[in-house]
Amino acid sequence: MSYGAWIMLTGSLVGVSCGIIGCFLILRKMAMLADAISHTVLLGIVLAYLVSHSLEGIYMLIGAGIIGLLTAFLVQVLHSSGVQSDAAIGVVFTSLFAFGVILLSAFAGKVHLDVNHALMGEITFIPWNTLTIGGVDLGPSAVWMLGIVLIINLILIFLFYKEIKISSFDPAMATAIGIPVMFIHYLLMSMVSITTVASFDSVGAILVVAMLIVPGATAYLLTDKLLVMLLISAVIGVLSAIGGYYAALVWNISISGSMASIAGLIFATAFILSPRHGLLSKLLARKSIISERT
Amino acid sequence: MFYELLSTLQDANTQWVLLGTILLGIASGVLGSFALLRKQSLIGDAMAHAALPGICLAFLLYGTKSIGWFLVGAALSGLLATYFIQVIINHSRIKEDTAIGLVLSVFFGFGIVLLTKIAQTENGNQSGLDDFIFGQAASLVGNDVRVISAIAIVLLLVTWLLFKELKLFTFDRQFAKGIGLPTGLLNGLLMTLIVSAVVIGLQAVGVILMAAMLITPAISARYWTDRLDRMVIVAGTIGALSGMLGTILSSMANRLPTGPVIVLAATVIFLISLIFAPHRGLVSKGLKLYRIRKIVARETVLQTLYDLSEEVSITNKKIRFSKEALLSRRKMTVRKLDSNLKRLQKEGYVHHIKDMWSLTESGGSKAYEIVFNNRLFEIYTMYEMKFASLQFAANDVWDYRNIDSSTLKELEQLMAIHERTPKLAPKYFGKGETFRKENSSQSAKKRKKEVKSL
Repeated sequence: MSYGAWIMLTGSLVGVSCGIIGCFLILRKMAMLADAISHTVLLGIVLAYLVSHSLEGIYMLIGAGIIGLLTAFLVQVLHSSGVQSDAAIGVVFTSLFAFGVILLSAFAGKVHLDVNHALMGEITFIPWNTLTIGGVDLGPSAVWMLGIVLIINLILIFLFYKEIKISSFDPAMATAIGIPVMFIHYLLMSMVSITTVASFDSVGAILVVAMLIVPGATAYLLTDKLLVMLLISAVIGVLSAIGGYYAALVWNISISGSMASIAGLIFATAFILSPRHGLLSKLLARKSIISERT
Repeated sequence: MFYELLSTLQDANTQWVLLGTILLGIASGVLGSFALLRKQSLIGDAMAHAALPGICLAFLLYGTKSIGWFLVGAALSGLLATYFIQVIINHSRIKEDTAIGLVLSVFFGFGIVLLTKIAQTENGNQSGLDDFIFGQAASLVGNDVRVISAIAIVLLLVTWLLFKELKLFTFDRQFAKGIGLPTGLLNGLLMTLIVSAVVIGLQAVGVILMAAMLITPAISARYWTDRLDRMVIVAGTIGALSGMLGTILSSMANRLPTGPVIVLAATVIFLISLIFAPHRGLVSKGLKLYRIRKIVARETVLQTLYDLSEEVSITNKKIRFSKEALLSRRKMTVRKLDSNLKRLQKEGYVHHIKDMWSLTESGGSKAYEIVFNNRLFEIYTMYEMKFASLQFAANDVWDYRNIDSSTLKELEQLMAIHERTPKLAPKYFGKGETFRKENSSQSAKKRKKEVKSL
């Protein structure tokens, strides 16, 4: 495969996995928790490196998974001890992130990890960092990692689809019929953290938020069915990845940044033109009501 | 250590930075309090991230690094982001948190795009721009600090002048509108103030951590007071303190970046408030809980003894009970029961012969009171709607002595209908063994009658 194709494949995998998870975050009103996790993952990566002294994907996944869960847990603890939820999220993610940055700069000489790289990603290097087993070149390792994470996510969602769905739309009822709501919550949070860390190499920890929230929010404007929303969101994730790549090629700009911008443009289009929830259709509906009355 | 501190403080550059971070801490603490109370803490986060494209555009248009134009650019794009968030919430079914996250990430992504574009321009010495992401307090020079201080002082002045209006607007928007305050204008003003606080903090703590400067001092202050005027002062002080601590610590250990150290200092102050604050702190809450548990356990033991006595009194048995009998009635650990019985015995409320326990006369009257109070409360919960006039809140302590006599009479009548009136008046508990002699000689039937007539 060509260089460009690998980058687009990587971006699309990010788009699909983030897009699908993002739908649930939006429905559960936890978008900002995802934002928090995407920041604190940095601490997980730094700690994983300090413990294991390697930049292998698996250590990063474990470290990020643990810190992601810790973030969700701390937010929960603060919230239940009386801190309002937005402030709880704000306090937890900024302090963990600050701690991560301090660790990173304290060990700056030893860690082969650049903060800018971690936050903004560098998808252009992805195709060269390949996975070779027994001398056979199997393609970029990031693609493998993202692929595995996507499959894990899909399996988990498939297995717990009903539970996630009910607990997203009606947590009270879910609790009443005996669904372990807390377990589902932390399951989703761990999916968010491993997706974030798998994507951070390519789009960066902060722009993962764009991929998590924007496609889901766009899909939310276009449909009322969860399954359709998941599909649309995945498609929009892929579209913004590919569109972002070409835009970056044309203007010679940051690929991850342009992916986020394209996603924003797609959202803006849906926001104005969506057949049922768009600005334009609402305006037309209002006009027709007024003309009927007069 | 001390010498190091002194020499750090004598450094002219550090003094500038210190002044800048302290003023920033005060301004963001004060304005963060309003954002927090309006439950808009995370909008500060969005504003900070959204400032990046504004700064980049200012650089592209103006050509060189200029703090003044950066501030204007950052403020404009921050306000634009806030406006977009409002539009998305008002005109679609997307909720606030999603709207914040969406605008934040798209603006930041666009900022990154502009940043790479600037890197390619001829005068792309963008080193100054990269600092905005993580902040670089050490790079603050006299001129920057002058601008920051001037803006911070203006912000504080405006807040002070319009304190009454902002307070009313924050707590009760409808009422503010009702008495004719221009709420739309106030909202815009408050947002502008917050954006300005964010913008002056960008250079010191960076776009990512700026949210902490708004949230952490404010939420810490919330633990210490319930009054907005005091909260604003406390939050400003905490902000100043963390700015000072962070700057000094990071300039002493010169590899540590200032912004994150300031944020961690604020977090430590938050944790201290969370744990040790009077009334709201975890320690004081825990102590309160412990005290209540102790009282409840004691009352439970007395009540259980009374309940058992009441049951057997009809058949005129000896009213003494083993611990097992007590435990089978109320779930409690043996150790807890033991310690409570021991304490009650010391106070003269219970009495035991071998392993059989009973109430003494004073214990009887105490237990009667407790049982009467609790059963009255049961009746109240059954007829809650009928007694809504009592305005009893979930956290209040129920005490029949606080209820007016006519309501009390009504409750007592209902209690009698439900046969929940405590049947053993305190006088029936003699010296702790059996009923008083004259009763013990009576026949069971007669005794039953007497109990009924009570």
